Amino acid sequence: MTQSTNYGQSWLTRPFTERSTQIFLAVLLGAVALVTFLNLTMPEDSALHVSTYTVTLMGKYLCYALLAVAVDLVWGYLGILSLGHGAFFALGGYAMGMYLMRQIGDRGVYGNPELPDFMVFLNWQELPWYWYGFDMAWFAFLMVLLAPGILAFIFGYLAFRSRVTGVYLSIITQALTFALMLAFFRNEMGFGGNNGLTDFMDILGFDLRTDGARLGLFVASGIALAIGYLICRAIVGSKLGRVSVACRDAEARTRFIGYRVERIQLFVFVVSAMLAGVAGALYVPQVGIINPSEFSPLFSIEVVVWVALGGRATLYGAVIGALIVNYAKTVFTGVMPDAWLFALGALFVLVTVFLPKGIAGLLAGLTQKKASTDKSVAGTAQEAGV
Amino acid sequence: MSIMTEFTRRDRVFEFLAPTQSPVDVRHGPILYLEDVTVSFDGFKAINNLNLTIDDGELRCIIGPNGAGKTTMMDIITGKTRPDTGSVWFGSRHNLLNMNEPEIATLGIGRKFQKPTVFEALTVFENLELSMAADKRVFPTLTAALTGEHQDRIDEVLDIIGLSDLRERLAGILSHGQKQWLEIGMLLMQKPRLLLVDEPVAGMTEQEMERTAELLTGLAGKQSVVVVEHDMGFVRSIARKVTVLHQGSVLAEGSMDQVSADPDVVKVYLGEDD
Repeated sequence: MTQSTNYGQSWLTRPFTERSTQIFLAVLLGAVALVTFLNLTMPEDSALHVSTYTVTLMGKYLCYALLAVAVDLVWGYLGILSLGHGAFFALGGYAMGMYLMRQIGDRGVYGNPELPDFMVFLNWQELPWYWYGFDMAWFAFLMVLLAPGILAFIFGYLAFRSRVTGVYLSIITQALTFALMLAFFRNEMGFGGNNGLTDFMDILGFDLRTDGARLGLFVASGIALAIGYLICRAIVGSKLGRVSVACRDAEARTRFIGYRVERIQLFVFVVSAMLAGVAGALYVPQVGIINPSEFSPLFSIEVVVWVALGGRATLYGAVIGALIVNYAKTVFTGVMPDAWLFALGALFVLVTVFLPKGIAGLLAGLTQKKASTDKSVAGTAQEAGV
Repeated sequence: MSIMTEFTRRDRVFEFLAPTQSPVDVRHGPILYLEDVTVSFDGFKAINNLNLTIDDGELRCIIGPNGAGKTTMMDIITGKTRPDTGSVWFGSRHNLLNMNEPEIATLGIGRKFQKPTVFEALTVFENLELSMAADKRVFPTLTAALTGEHQDRIDEVLDIIGLSDLRERLAGILSHGQKQWLEIGMLLMQKPRLLLVDEPVAGMTEQEMERTAELLTGLAGKQSVVVVEHDMGFVRSIARKVTVLHQGSVLAEGSMDQVSADPDVVKVYLGEDD
């Protein structure tokens, strides 16, 4: 771990004093501010102008980055390879989608002030009970946290209590997201079936189709990523974070020195699911649709590839991985749509073979190479002394 | 009717009424009593009528050929295995047969297994920090901040196990011997009354062995230490009192010189070397 950890500091203020976190926040917030500035002030024909289309694309990447951070928290630090984090992402997205559907009001195709279009189309007479409250922003935003959080709590409680770990847990998380996908495909579920929720208009009174709202969502995504990163840093830098690493590497030993391993796993898993939910909620208004394909097992696996590529157990590596892979995906699917999956597979294989610690490992290796050689020489001398 | 008489018996205290977290009572001297303990696995008596008493602050070595029941004995003390008959007491107040593994660990019996298990991705210092006796629930752990007092305790243990210079090192890159010492340190952080140490010097160099001998003899007095070991040279260097186990019961007990002169011991154990 970090050599300069201040063990006596409060867990809440510690992240602000960490060098890596300071650099990360400066780069992230600086980039968000720069893009905002260039989008607002530069004339359309200027080379420096960032179009609103690009801004929204970057906002989408930032949501993916937050999802990757959430996955890295449980995979990198707790050793739980979740292949179903897309489920929590999608649940947060659906909660936001339901709010946006209710905001449409009577401006829908059928002009029904109460029911979303797809319900009118299915001949439903009244709103299902679980749609109540989603016309209120505070309730919907609370559900963005609670829906994934409660699912993660129930799932984690059962899994960790039975000491299900390793590959078995990964398979169950895949099953979880697959089951949810099948459920959400059904029209009877009341979430719009395979079309999902779309045709959004307003968010908090702002018209989603305006440039201002799009820029606002991009900035909100950047801030959400910064806060999510800080929360994760606060956890992994605390004693609880070190106990998580202990659970990851020697679960029996951790139990033996008195920790309730299943509760620690549950806590971290629920926090991670909530972060994934927030990422999904910010993603939906930017892409304008949420449908069951977000629950697809493939998507969850792709998230794991981003984290592996960026470097596990660093958090910033997850961000780098998510940004690079998704940028590459945008470029590739534009140039050679059919080749994308092969390119992703090749990238994954190359990174696993040549950069087992990911891009973050490469960066750390470059900056610390000199420092670590100096140190190991000193260390050998010390050992000889013993 | 039989239930009624069971409930109205006056010669016993119900288990739920007995204090469970009271301090260990060592006023009578011994910290650990094993009395008439027998365990059999599929008819094979791994422990056969074993009687053993460890005094508070004592350093005891237990030797014996393979299959003598040394590890089974440790399993019984730590709650991993339940004996068929007999009683096991910690001090004169705690019946260990009524307690499970974490309860026994919290009461103050620390066990070191043969293979060292430390948290390899954490530093030596952090390994000790996590092992420290503290509130180990989720939120207290999240908000825990190290105080000067804790720091002193960790420094003290680092000093005892001789790893002060390597405190910032990752535990994963320590040598085998250093890992063993670190694990003993992790047990010490939990402030145990009794340490059970299984083959601490297996795979150690001569120098490391000497260092371990110093460490264990230094601990005796403050803690009671029970060492199970094969290496006779090592046992000779630390032992004040040695117990020889054979076929699940005590064959001889006394100083190293006494037991090695005992003809029975020579026959079953030391004689094997010839």
